[in-house]
Amino acid sequence: MALDSKIPSGPIADKWTNYKNHINLVNPANKRNIDIIVVGTGLAGGSAAATLAELGYNVKAFCFQDSPRRAHSIAAQGGINAAKNYMGDGDSTFRLFYDTVKGGDYRAREANVHRLAEVSANIIDQCVAQGVPLAREYGGLLDNRSFGGTLVSRTFYAKGQTGQQLLLGAYSAMNRQIGRGKIKMYNRHEMLDLVLVNGKARGIIARNLITGEIERHSAHAVVIGSGGYGNVFFLSTNAMGSNATAAWKIHKKGAFFANPCYTQIHPTCIPVSGDHQSKLTLMSESLRNDGRIWVPKSLEDAQAIREGRKKPTDLSEEERDYYLERRYPSFGNLVPRDVASRAAKERCDAGFGVNRTGEAVYLDFASAIQRYGKTQAHIKGLDENDKALVTKLGKAVVEEKYGNLFQMYEKIVDQNPYETPMMIYPAVHYTMGGTWVDYNLMTTIPGCFSIGESNFSDHGANRLGASALMQGLADGYFVLPYTIGDYLAPDIKTGTISTDLPEFVEAEKNVREQLEKFINNNGKHSVDHFHKKLGKIMWDKVGMARNAQGLTEAIAEIAALREEFYADVKVPGSMVGFNQELEKAMRVADFLELGELFAKDALHRNESCGGHFREEYQTEDGEALRDDQNFAYVAAWEYKGKPSDAVLHKEPLVFENVKLVTRSYK
Amino acid sequence: MKLTLKIWRQKNAADKGQIVDYPIDGVSPDMSFLEMLDVLNEQLINRGEDPVAFDHDCREGICGMCSLFINGEAHGPDRGVTTCQLHMRMFKDGDTIFIEPFRAKAFPVIKDLVVDRSSFDRIQHAGGFISINTSGRTIDANTIPIPKHDADRAFDAATCIGCGACVASCKNSSAMLFVSAKVSQFALLPQGKVEATDRVLNMVNQMDAEGFGNCTNTGACEVECPKGISLENIARMNREYLSASIK
Amino acid sequence: MAKSALLKSSLAKKYWMALTGLFLCLFLVGHLAGNLQLLTPDNALNFNKYALFMTTNPAVKVLSYLTYASIIFHAIDGAMLTYQNAKARPVKYAKNNAAANSAWSSRNMGVLGTVILVFIVTHMITFWAPMHFDKNMPLQTQTITMNGQPSEYYLTTDGSYLPKQQVDQKVIYIKNRTEFYNAQANVKIKEGYKDLYKITVAFFKDAKYGLVYTLLYVLSMAVLAFHLHHGFASAFQSLGANNPKYNGLIKGFGKGFAIIVPLLFAIIPLYLHFILKA
Repeated sequence: MALDSKIPSGPIADKWTNYKNHINLVNPANKRNIDIIVVGTGLAGGSAAATLAELGYNVKAFCFQDSPRRAHSIAAQGGINAAKNYMGDGDSTFRLFYDTVKGGDYRAREANVHRLAEVSANIIDQCVAQGVPLAREYGGLLDNRSFGGTLVSRTFYAKGQTGQQLLLGAYSAMNRQIGRGKIKMYNRHEMLDLVLVNGKARGIIARNLITGEIERHSAHAVVIGSGGYGNVFFLSTNAMGSNATAAWKIHKKGAFFANPCYTQIHPTCIPVSGDHQSKLTLMSESLRNDGRIWVPKSLEDAQAIREGRKKPTDLSEEERDYYLERRYPSFGNLVPRDVASRAAKERCDAGFGVNRTGEAVYLDFASAIQRYGKTQAHIKGLDENDKALVTKLGKAVVEEKYGNLFQMYEKIVDQNPYETPMMIYPAVHYTMGGTWVDYNLMTTIPGCFSIGESNFSDHGANRLGASALMQGLADGYFVLPYTIGDYLAPDIKTGTISTDLPEFVEAEKNVREQLEKFINNNGKHSVDHFHKKLGKIMWDKVGMARNAQGLTEAIAEIAALREEFYADVKVPGSMVGFNQELEKAMRVADFLELGELFAKDALHRNESCGGHFREEYQTEDGEALRDDQNFAYVAAWEYKGKPSDAVLHKEPLVFENVKLVTRSYK
Repeated sequence: MKLTLKIWRQKNAADKGQIVDYPIDGVSPDMSFLEMLDVLNEQLINRGEDPVAFDHDCREGICGMCSLFINGEAHGPDRGVTTCQLHMRMFKDGDTIFIEPFRAKAFPVIKDLVVDRSSFDRIQHAGGFISINTSGRTIDANTIPIPKHDADRAFDAATCIGCGACVASCKNSSAMLFVSAKVSQFALLPQGKVEATDRVLNMVNQMDAEGFGNCTNTGACEVECPKGISLENIARMNREYLSASIK
Repeated sequence: MAKSALLKSSLAKKYWMALTGLFLCLFLVGHLAGNLQLLTPDNALNFNKYALFMTTNPAVKVLSYLTYASIIFHAIDGAMLTYQNAKARPVKYAKNNAAANSAWSSRNMGVLGTVILVFIVTHMITFWAPMHFDKNMPLQTQTITMNGQPSEYYLTTDGSYLPKQQVDQKVIYIKNRTEFYNAQANVKIKEGYKDLYKITVAFFKDAKYGLVYTLLYVLSMAVLAFHLHHGFASAFQSLGANNPKYNGLIKGFGKGFAIIVPLLFAIIPLYLHFILKA
């Protein structure tokens, strides 16, 4: 099967406008006769559900949390990009487009990214109109800050809680539609299968997590906005419940899975503290605006710090290695995430790590505090040479900007980051890969759409900071609501889809059997036991740096672990009622398949690009070595029963507007 | 650390429920409270017992999913944190810790420590929004300057995570802090003023219909709120409601 | 259009609690000002004059009805709130460390209020009821010694003295409890003062129970202090007056009010019982 990305023809700047002008629409009276299921209520799913309901469709929205407001988009901290050029620093739609393609290491689709850049400005207008309290300057206008991988300030933010504010905006739009009865909300429901009728997505099987009932829900189209699969690593910045089940189930029903190996390891997370750790906490990338990253210059100092004989504040400027500023003078601490993460790993592998396990570097705010303090002293006409005063004023500014993050850090680590540098280390954060979609955001299953992090489309091999929120909302507010109409236009006479069709009966039976199997398995180990093992394999062999040997081992190990899991997992309780272990078992079962495909994809991609770093393919000074000749394509995998049997389909990436060059942030 | 946990166990909504004692050993002070419960659950599963059900998701204090009434306080004895951010270093070796669900008529127990907070959602359905459609053709975001002070206060109100600690801490199970945070966010912004009258009336009516108690200004909610939502918001809602009522 | 429920809704209940509460605070001030007459020189007359004023002035009458209504409304509204609030949490916590997040007084307004209500009722039975209804309410007299011969006189509202002898001799008779009538002409000539002072002093100096009464009164004022300690500032919050600029002032004034007013009230029975010479 050849992949048709359905990218419209014409100059890139006009593609989206022309396309919108010519696609089919469904008239308002007919929208009432069409049902759409949206799975997931984060920025993408929530905004899509609200917008589709506004348009007049009957929406059924599903989330496994107890409220749509709790989707993990809520945890995004730093900000959202938009090419508004409010700062007058030369930003434009093209620059945002260019930065995103380059940031993604030239592995994203030009047309999708340009569309994203085009609608980015609308998102800000929309959110402000909804009452999202974005940060403002004293003049009353919106403030921007800069983020990694760009040379302009285009990031809108709400302190360190931008994702929360944007999600609550989408949630409020949903609330309005729920109140009007246009969205029927199914909280604490998990989608466990997709139902195809005559080759089209026509419904889902979902489990009510409170009662345990298995329910059939029909619709004319199914939209998956269930997020990424970072939890395949067990430890990640994702929420505990974040899972790939919806995305994986549609993959098993025929949706191709693209670029699973593109995973973002975020450079600024709180390091692991022990075996009991259940998740990792992100410290916003925005901290790199003001924080300087360093390790000791000498191995002796690093060792002394690890053993507690020295404190970071004991080291003079000369004894510190600000390695990002040293290696990448033009971007410094604001290099893209993949570059910053690898650089941290490189230093720690070389023995310069600064916590007990040697897996941490410093993020230091001392000079920012002094810089801000001096400015404040100057503004207030106070003595700029009074060190105590300057420090006090500087701390106040830093607190205003990052207070909640600093507090979060202190609660977890029990150290005061105003006094001593933070310790950070990279952690799994975001998955650029996901279900393959065409320009309409439709998967290879007709009528099944995938939006936000759960699709693969816009970030290539590496996502720039503050772009995930942009993409989620762009897909949900401004792209899908148009493109889905084109698909649904012929469906206006179809009428309600019956849930008594044999396809529903069959799908429900399969789900029930899988659940029963877990309940009756009577194994020895808990679900977490297997999940942790999977995570360790993934982190050690499919993590920040990969090689052919490790990946080959990982594939075998994961396959073996999967067998062991099915033979030996223990799920207490019953099918009836609230059973969190059963929920986890279903999710981990899917991770155990996805993880293998992930490794297989990483093994096949014989190049280094973005978040995918193969040790065999690097330049002499340790930078990623891309192979545009052979790998400038999207790897879309077709399910064939076992991950090892998955069939590769290639969608060539054509670059007409951006010249492929070696990505340099030096 | 060695601890005795006194945990509320309740099979389902219809079950009566009771406190059950669980001794636990080998707790590290660096663990979060929920990680400590993970350890307990792992032990329970291995012993063939039913693990303790509790709500949690992001484990970084922002999703508002985790709850728990720990030693008589919502989200435990620490201030400005959710249960997932509470660390065991707040407790001493040998401590006895009571762990109960958030209790209110409007928060019925689903199982063990898991409660149903959909009443909060229904209050938001009643008016927690600004009625504009998604068009991308609203006015430019910078058309209306908003004083930074107002924007910041609206943001402070908007940081509510909807966890329900205010209700759980309030001796009256009142939801005023939660409702007032949303009312305040919109009342402070020009965008929200248009629908201010109906919003506050509808949301308060729904709040009352859900069976929450009344506010008697004890201030417990503000103290226990993990996000430090201020009582000023309740006063603002009182003003908004009063002026809406006499319109 | 959304409907407001200015009588039913949770917020409306708060407004009424606040408004009636604040009005009762005003009443306390007025009542205290009167009661303090008990401590002034020539105390009996001043106090009885005040008592007369309070029972006859038309404006005061209106205010007094408002006060009764406020007390009743405040109590009923409070009882309803307490009932609804108790219902809002059917299963209680096994362990609740409420002291960690709120003041004791704020959590016990219902109990404190009930005690105060009981106090008000008994207080009214003791003083207000005889003043209004007791047919045998004594009138204020004064013993004046003339020529070494002590004799008793009624004090009258025009400031003159009426020999008690004349009443005993039926030259003058008393009608409507306070009015002196000339028996022959059957015309009202003067009006006396009901001697509330005497009753008050007798009550607190009662040989058997005086000490108990005094202590109960002091205790009741302590309860009132706690009630006001939360109630005063709380009323402002309920009415929406919460501004960081003025909060300190409101809270400070409220605390001061909660201490000073009950303290002054409490001093009176203590003075009467322990210090005043019989």
